[in-house]
Amino acid sequence: MAKIELQGLGKRYGSAQVVHALDLTIEDGEFTVFVGPSGCGKSTTLRMIAGLEEISEGRLLIGDEMVNQREPKQRNIAMVFQNYAIYPHLTVGQNIGFGLYTAKISKTEKQTRILEAAQTLGLEPLLNRRPAALSGGQRQRVAIGRAMVRDPAAFLFDEPLSNLDAQLRAQMRMEIKSLHRRLGSTIVYVTHDQIEAMTMADKIVVMKEGRILQTGSPLELYENPTDVFTARFIGSPSMALLKGKVSGGALRVAGAEISGRAPARVSGPLLVGVRPHDLEVGEGEPGAGFRAMGLVEAVEPLGAETLTHIRIGEAQAIATAPGRVLPEVGSRVPVRAAPGTLHLFDAASEKALGRI
Amino acid sequence: MSAGLEASGRLIRPGRILAWTLLFIGGLIMATPLLYMFSTSLKTSGQVYDLRLIPTDPTLKNYVEVLKDGRFLRWFLNSLLIATAVTLSNLIFDSLVGYTLAKFRFRGRAFVFIAILSTLMIPTEMLVIPWYLMSSQFGWLDSYWGIMFPGMMSAFGAFLMKQFFETVPDDFLEAARVDGLGEFAIWWRIAMPMVTPALSALAIFSFLGNWTAFFWPLIVTTSRDLYTLPVGISSFSAESSIRWEMIMTGAALGTIPTLALFLVLQRYIVRGVMLAGLKG
Repeated sequence: MAKIELQGLGKRYGSAQVVHALDLTIEDGEFTVFVGPSGCGKSTTLRMIAGLEEISEGRLLIGDEMVNQREPKQRNIAMVFQNYAIYPHLTVGQNIGFGLYTAKISKTEKQTRILEAAQTLGLEPLLNRRPAALSGGQRQRVAIGRAMVRDPAAFLFDEPLSNLDAQLRAQMRMEIKSLHRRLGSTIVYVTHDQIEAMTMADKIVVMKEGRILQTGSPLELYENPTDVFTARFIGSPSMALLKGKVSGGALRVAGAEISGRAPARVSGPLLVGVRPHDLEVGEGEPGAGFRAMGLVEAVEPLGAETLTHIRIGEAQAIATAPGRVLPEVGSRVPVRAAPGTLHLFDAASEKALGRI
Repeated sequence: MSAGLEASGRLIRPGRILAWTLLFIGGLIMATPLLYMFSTSLKTSGQVYDLRLIPTDPTLKNYVEVLKDGRFLRWFLNSLLIATAVTLSNLIFDSLVGYTLAKFRFRGRAFVFIAILSTLMIPTEMLVIPWYLMSSQFGWLDSYWGIMFPGMMSAFGAFLMKQFFETVPDDFLEAARVDGLGEFAIWWRIAMPMVTPALSALAIFSFLGNWTAFFWPLIVTTSRDLYTLPVGISSFSAESSIRWEMIMTGAALGTIPTLALFLVLQRYIVRGVMLAGLKG
């Protein structure tokens, strides 16, 4: 168990800076998820923590010790790879046992630990099988087992679920999460899937173009995104953005009626963000939050609710209607959002300006 | 029932008949010398020029004579020792070179690779004189080491292994690195088991090449005790008269180890040959 600190951590390939001086503290026992689009530097950062990628600048501390120059094996971390990387020529038991390669323990102790890990992951009946005879989910469990037996300072996961189908992915998410609860270990997890980030993380680190945009708990990021990128990246379906303007303290959006005043010192063009789950199909009270008429372009009945794709003025948005309500495509429906649910962003810098 | 119909349906197709015919002819061309070798080994010296495939009066006398002659066993063991040692050396060193070229980034890597490849373009005949001079200066003439040293590593083997190691995903090696294996252990315990098809193919190529090697062993050895099997067998012909039946008997016995090796490793060799883009 250990705390991981990134102090000005950066990575350069020749003249290309792919990770820019990251500062981040991952607390002992914390489940931290790096999330961002591909090429944002999240995997490179993880590989620097693992010791698989040289650190170009800054300091990396694991358990208060600087480990910049240490080999992966000296860092006492375990890593689970996207394609599992379990050795095809070894049995499940041997694969799990490989995590103990450097451990100076007796054979019986090794066997006990392998068995424990296998029990925890439900792999006991498969110990003598080869990876070729396993399903994707079982292979992933073997990879996790190999990481577990080590009792490492931290677990690193590099997009471990992206090769699994949706159902299995949901199941493995919960398994990894409960494993974290049981082991209480520090986990650094990389994914491009915001649902994985939201459902598993204690702390999410949103990255873009080699920089950290925002760090916080899933709900913090959902409720108070600091910029348009995070606002749209976190939450599914994505937040809709409407072009607006503040003049004389009043906020105006074409085709909509908004009560409430923009924060002081905000003026000029801005973007108004509204999450699909805050935008409801239905008549609103005059003078209460956001009201507009939307042209229905498509409906997605999900059973519990109906996602209604609408157009407000020029902008597209998604509103939610109750499950059994199916607005007709081509019709105009009233939509509303409660006060306090609108996110304001500066149109030029895309930074958050607050909520009304 | 339906399977039978399907099978007969397939046989009727003209393309298939043509293919089978061509393959049969090809097989016949390949097998004929081999069959004549066995056939001649069963004939007496008087019958050698009677070209009938099935000997009129087959005899195992030649085999008894060859096996009784201590020299044959000595040459056979020489060949076995040399081919085995050179093959093991190739498996280790060629794969070390191939692995390094495939999996490590270092300055001059491309140059080293091209330099190794370019040696493939030099014919053996040209190399024999430098080898000989080298052997004579180091005192390796007429010794096992003298016979073996030119083949201990091969550019072809390094190339073959490099191509194969490139197909091993880096994740496996990195996982091993994180698990605490050293670079040598990663090569030996993780990468090598993942390229067994290439190793089998290389083992067969290398063993065959050295088992049948004639020119260099002939040049570097002078004492009969150090002859390899092909050199020894050919010495039958250097004696008073050419004893074809003895040569063929020796050759027939000489095919046994290669056939055995091939039977053991054949399921791997096809993939090896395909990947290297070679003609068998």
